[in-house]
Amino acid sequence: MRSPCSSGSASLLMQFAIRTDPGERTIVAPVLLSGNEAIARGAWEAGVRFGSGYPGTPSTEILIALAKLPGVRCEWAPNEKVALEVAIGAGMAGHRSLVTMKHVGLNVAADPLMTLAYTGVSAGVVILVADDPGMHSSQNEQDSRNWGPFGKIPILEPSDSAEALAMVRDAFGLSERLDMPVLVRSTTRLSHGKTLVEVGERVESDTPGYRKSAAKWVMVPGNARGRRVDLEKRLAAARAESESFAYTVEEMRDASLGIVCSGVVYQYVREALPDASTLRIGMSFPLPEDRIREFAGKVGRLVAIEELDPYLRSSLAAMGLAVQVVPVPHIGELSPGRIADAFGIAAPDTRDPMDDLPARPPMLCPGCPHRGVFAALRTMGAVVQGDIGCYALAALPPLSAMDSCVDMGASIGMAHGMSVVNASTGVSGVPVVAVIGDSTFAHSGLTGLLNAVYNNTDTTVVILDNRTTAMTGHQDNPFTGRTLMGVPAPEIDIEAVVRALGVTSVQTVNPNLLKPTAKALGEAVAFPGVSVVIARAPCALLDKEPHDPFAVDEDECTACGECIRLGCPAISRDDTAKAVIDTALCVGCRQCVQVCRYGAIVRAGRACDIGSGL
Amino acid sequence: MSVTSVMLVGVGGQGTILASDVLAKVAATSGLDVKLAEVHGMSQRGGSVDTVVRFGEQVFSPTIDPGVADHLVSFELIEAARWLHWLRPGGRLVVNNNVIASLPMLTGSCVMPTGLEAALAYEGAVFLDAEELACEAGSPRSANIVLMGALSVGLPFPEQVWRDVITKRVPPKTVEGNLAAFELGMRACAHGVCEI
Repeated sequence: MRSPCSSGSASLLMQFAIRTDPGERTIVAPVLLSGNEAIARGAWEAGVRFGSGYPGTPSTEILIALAKLPGVRCEWAPNEKVALEVAIGAGMAGHRSLVTMKHVGLNVAADPLMTLAYTGVSAGVVILVADDPGMHSSQNEQDSRNWGPFGKIPILEPSDSAEALAMVRDAFGLSERLDMPVLVRSTTRLSHGKTLVEVGERVESDTPGYRKSAAKWVMVPGNARGRRVDLEKRLAAARAESESFAYTVEEMRDASLGIVCSGVVYQYVREALPDASTLRIGMSFPLPEDRIREFAGKVGRLVAIEELDPYLRSSLAAMGLAVQVVPVPHIGELSPGRIADAFGIAAPDTRDPMDDLPARPPMLCPGCPHRGVFAALRTMGAVVQGDIGCYALAALPPLSAMDSCVDMGASIGMAHGMSVVNASTGVSGVPVVAVIGDSTFAHSGLTGLLNAVYNNTDTTVVILDNRTTAMTGHQDNPFTGRTLMGVPAPEIDIEAVVRALGVTSVQTVNPNLLKPTAKALGEAVAFPGVSVVIARAPCALLDKEPHDPFAVDEDECTACGECIRLGCPAISRDDTAKAVIDTALCVGCRQCVQVCRYGAIVRAGRACDIGSGL
Repeated sequence: MSVTSVMLVGVGGQGTILASDVLAKVAATSGLDVKLAEVHGMSQRGGSVDTVVRFGEQVFSPTIDPGVADHLVSFELIEAARWLHWLRPGGRLVVNNNVIASLPMLTGSCVMPTGLEAALAYEGAVFLDAEELACEAGSPRSANIVLMGALSVGLPFPEQVWRDVITKRVPPKTVEGNLAAFELGMRACAHGVCEI
């Protein structure tokens, strides 16, 4: 999946090996696909012609993979709400459409989602939501299965890449038969796991184009009440589909213990409890109650095992079934060992973990332009309301220059709120600064800024414009001038947008130049009213040109530690506490040169000419 | 055939994901069931990372628990110590003896622990300098493939399968360097430093 987009489906198709079995029948050998690649492939095989979404780990690679396949237009939307609305429109116009997002993104898209069950669809609309149990790369862990009963939307849960392909492929027809959107729930271990898959061919869908129907699409109360009643009929149909759903699978082994489970948890159960009978639920809303009752009738102990919320257990209990409670953790990811432990099965002999090892938290990269902004904000003693992106790493020592991180766009609203209180309680001298990335600003920052201007506080907003959506692996956004399909787009001018929202104090600085950055920030916080500083320099990982690294002149270095306080991975202390620069890591950003008062950091020759590699 | 679990650990950015992909494809090409688990996103920014590749006749879980890995390949010395308890007693341990300072070490709030190499050697670790061997192969960024060469000595897959997968998987301009890197990693273990 690494080839350029020009080759269409070749990137996926080339991954198969065609071989001939002894009977001379040509068979297609299974290929190893990630869950995300398999989801894209399944959508493509279903004839999907439109995809939209917002990057978010672990969902990001789905649209990237889909965009490389022929006959599909894919778009990054500024946020998940817009992505879903666009897909609703595309489906209404007759194209099967896929929308992708991570679990917290679905909160943003919840507004259209909750009414979409009422209107239903025209061409199939499938929403792929990827949960992150264990919070590998998220600010919370939520269980998206709860959207099923809450939003009255069918939910499918694949347990490996092969099922992901098949279920997503079939989900579009299901969506059309039911006249409902279908939610497919992935988790980190499905999306970012790879398993063997047999791929098929694309079948073009022949869904009709737009047909006017105010009763179906115009959800004013008079129509919505009718659709609410109709929704019950569609839910009953969905329940019937669930009873016959091919991906709900009963496997009878030892009947004394019966496990009900779904998704990747099935794999853990099979490994931890190989003899137990299982009912793997493919459609977790509406649940196949008849099949669950039938299974419950065949087994001795009935147990539901699931990651995060006790969704299945509560549902089984509400059905009046005697579901036993086993102490499987409801925080974090499950594993075969955690399940075995809950059943009192002894773990294998293991070594004790080694104590006293240095922690290794993630950190801002060498040459990251965000570093200069946070160094200045720390010096100013500002309260920094943070946001979602790489720059959340500035909260860690030694920068320790961020005071909050809640959700996409929260920085500006929280800074405004704090400024309101500071103004009314007479707290002065502590600047309140919101810090938000370019992509996050497009996602959810605009309305917060509008609010701050409208309600008029002394709030400073720093837009960290590194020309990309970096944390999720460098996706384009409305400010980068390129689309997901790789074609040029209008490069929307952040400064003009900010001014149009009513901000009069707007400065643009290069954050790699520390003094001008500090000066601009000082002026911005002194400005009465809302001020914006756009800190613009490309992500260090986008700059592929080699730059000469720097080195420390140890005769000049006084071991003052100023450069160390930047938290650059390339700078450490030697045995005498003097600074040392790893020339293999240094990208020559010059930030440390500017903080050194002794002129001890000087150009070094290029240490290792890395001409080739991976 | 029972399931074999290989764990690759290191620091975000060291190429563990590509290496695990090569290993998984080698197993798949050999006709085995394969599952791979990796994590993207925030930890990739210089944090501690792990990927797991499991193969056999039928593999269920993509992830494992401590004490289950049959092979632990660490791309960095401290990470070898951090993840050692994931290796089953008697499992094979391959360690790149390169040290990458973590942020707390860089800022002086933590120091490099002493005696790690001895502790790992006591556990039967095979050490190699993957960066040096990669440079020798003329491809300084192929340390990950050097380590796959070292790993391959303890796995039941023919060398040619590894070479074919590497050839298909790495950028065309780097094929020669990566194949040389693989061979140097393999030879480093074939000369008696490795126990299979």
